Amino acid sequence: MASAERDDNNAVEITGLRYRVGEKAIFDRLNISIQRGKVTAIMGPSGTGKTTLLRIMTGQVLADRGRVLVEGKNMARLTGDELYELRKQMGFLFQNGALFTDSTVYENVAFPLREHTRLPESLIRHIVLMKLQAVGLRGAADLMPGELSGGMARRVALARAIAMDPKIIFYDEPFAGLDPISMGVIVRLIRRLNDSLGLTSIIVSHDVDEVSTVSDQSYLISNGKVVAYGTPRELEQNKSAWVRQFMKGLADGPVPFHYPAPDYAAQLLGEERN
Amino acid sequence: MGLLRELYYILLGFLQGLGACWLFLFRILRYTPAALLRWRIIWQQIYSVGAMSLVLIMVSGFFVGMVMGLQGYNTLSKFAATSALGTLVALSLLRELAPVVTALLFAGRAGTALTSEIGLMRATEQIAGMEMMAVDPVRRVVVPRFLAGVVSVPLLTMIFSAVGILGGFVIGVSFMGVDSGAFWSQMRVNVDVWDDVVGGFIKSIVFGGACSLLAVYEGYYSHPTAEGVSRATTRTVVNSALAVLVLDYLLTAFMIHGV
Amino acid sequence: MRQTRSIEISTGLFIILGFCALFFLATQTTNIKAYGDTGGYEVTATFTNVGGLKVRAPVTMAGVDVGRVTAIRLDSRNFNAVVTMRIGSKFNEIPDDSTAAILTSGLLGEQYIGLSPGGAETYLKNGSKIQFTQPAIILENLIGQFLFNKASSGGKP
Repeated sequence: MASAERDDNNAVEITGLRYRVGEKAIFDRLNISIQRGKVTAIMGPSGTGKTTLLRIMTGQVLADRGRVLVEGKNMARLTGDELYELRKQMGFLFQNGALFTDSTVYENVAFPLREHTRLPESLIRHIVLMKLQAVGLRGAADLMPGELSGGMARRVALARAIAMDPKIIFYDEPFAGLDPISMGVIVRLIRRLNDSLGLTSIIVSHDVDEVSTVSDQSYLISNGKVVAYGTPRELEQNKSAWVRQFMKGLADGPVPFHYPAPDYAAQLLGEERN
Repeated sequence: MGLLRELYYILLGFLQGLGACWLFLFRILRYTPAALLRWRIIWQQIYSVGAMSLVLIMVSGFFVGMVMGLQGYNTLSKFAATSALGTLVALSLLRELAPVVTALLFAGRAGTALTSEIGLMRATEQIAGMEMMAVDPVRRVVVPRFLAGVVSVPLLTMIFSAVGILGGFVIGVSFMGVDSGAFWSQMRVNVDVWDDVVGGFIKSIVFGGACSLLAVYEGYYSHPTAEGVSRATTRTVVNSALAVLVLDYLLTAFMIHGV
Repeated sequence: MRQTRSIEISTGLFIILGFCALFFLATQTTNIKAYGDTGGYEVTATFTNVGGLKVRAPVTMAGVDVGRVTAIRLDSRNFNAVVTMRIGSKFNEIPDDSTAAILTSGLLGEQYIGLSPGGAETYLKNGSKIQFTQPAIILENLIGQFLFNKASSGGKP
């Protein structure tokens, strides 16, 4: 193990990450380290590969180059079994919840327990109800996923993600498409679970306001690089025009409103055709 | 030249699909012992692929048997050999009709359901979700469904044959007036347990394996979109039908020329 | 949970039904009884031609099923067919000078062995050889013989 050089305070350490899809470089020498026990947000405009970054950290996708250490394990060197062993310590909240549509809420949360443990049914019941209680949905145990609202489905998925008491939990766009109340609930849950269970939380999102209320530190990435890093307050006061545009949600700025195009007037006159 | 090129790519695609399917089968077989330990999951899958197809199989079998009764009687009466009706119905059902028709119906009823179910699980990230929970979806989702198909098809085939023979009996004996004793005794003399019943049974196991494999393969590797799943479902039916007919020829040739 | 239970019970019923069908097919529609039969005794008979006789063809006496053909092989010395048949143990008083003939049931029917009793006081037993046999009638030979007879009788019908 490469423990000599790694910082024990970091749950995830990414150095010199490169990843490309076809000709397009998604990440180019990206460096990120995520502190244990903190809520870390990774923000950036759509299409910057935030979700891809999550996939790399969880071993769903392998990086082309660079080192990805998760809980001290080098993702590139893991065998299939070792990866699954590591994933037992991870929770992952998919954007759409990814609940099993044929099983009840109860069975969904019980699924990882049934797969990985040989606990008696009474104990499984205990754990499942406890996890559902934590997300405030103990009363919904017998519902089917189809009967849940988007926010509730995400909370059930959260209960399932923490069923095995993971060390790290990944949130993929946890605030996308939620009403303000559900959003508030999720924000509170992320914070509470992180503190009470001693988790490391990693959030990928572009919802600046929510992330600012919940995260301890944030990375801003764009064009395959880290643009800014710091606490929400530090980012707020960042002088860079790009960071200001992103944090304030301005329509125009360093990121132009218009997709690169030939001169409008010229194109209208038909001179630029063929 | 364009046509030749086209054919070349079709052949290449076919070989690639065949190879991928074959590798997938090995992956399935590797997890089979582990999956067998959790027989309840398989048991529940047998319900949805096997028991749910029962009515369809029984109704189809009965009608096929009745048609055989009518056609057979019509032809045999020209040779004054209607007493051989039992033999005719039983042999054609046991050897060919029951295994092939059951497999085709299975592909249409249960195979498509398997493909779309697994395909939708992929489209809704349930498969990825399992992987993230450190559960191999091949072991947890694919293998039980495959095994359920392999178990169900032979049983359905036997039910098809039995119901079909009864259908032939109803038409031949009750409606056409063939002697009931002759119907059964001729059948018993000419139908062989090993060649006919066991031969048909072996065929149905192979067909069950082929149809189930194609169904789970198409589902597992379907494009995770609505269109992708619907295309995969169509491919399941078409490929299963082709596979069954080709395998039927090969098995028949093998069985007739004898081991 | 109750739903799961009823699903599991239905599956059990389905599987039992499938095996019942297999059992029905194996016992009610086939000659399986000819297999398990190891009782009785075996006798052999030599034929110059067995025609289309097959293993497991019935052996009858006065039309009654008394046994099965268990093996057919070629005697490599005199190139005759040696047919082994198993006769049921309750038919233990068949005279040992009986004749075995290969007969055909109906025009398209299968071939079987018909035993016609002789008059001896001693009976066939395990390992006996039936001395008197009648080979299968081959249609081509019959026609050939008929034409030959016609020719030798001067072409007149």
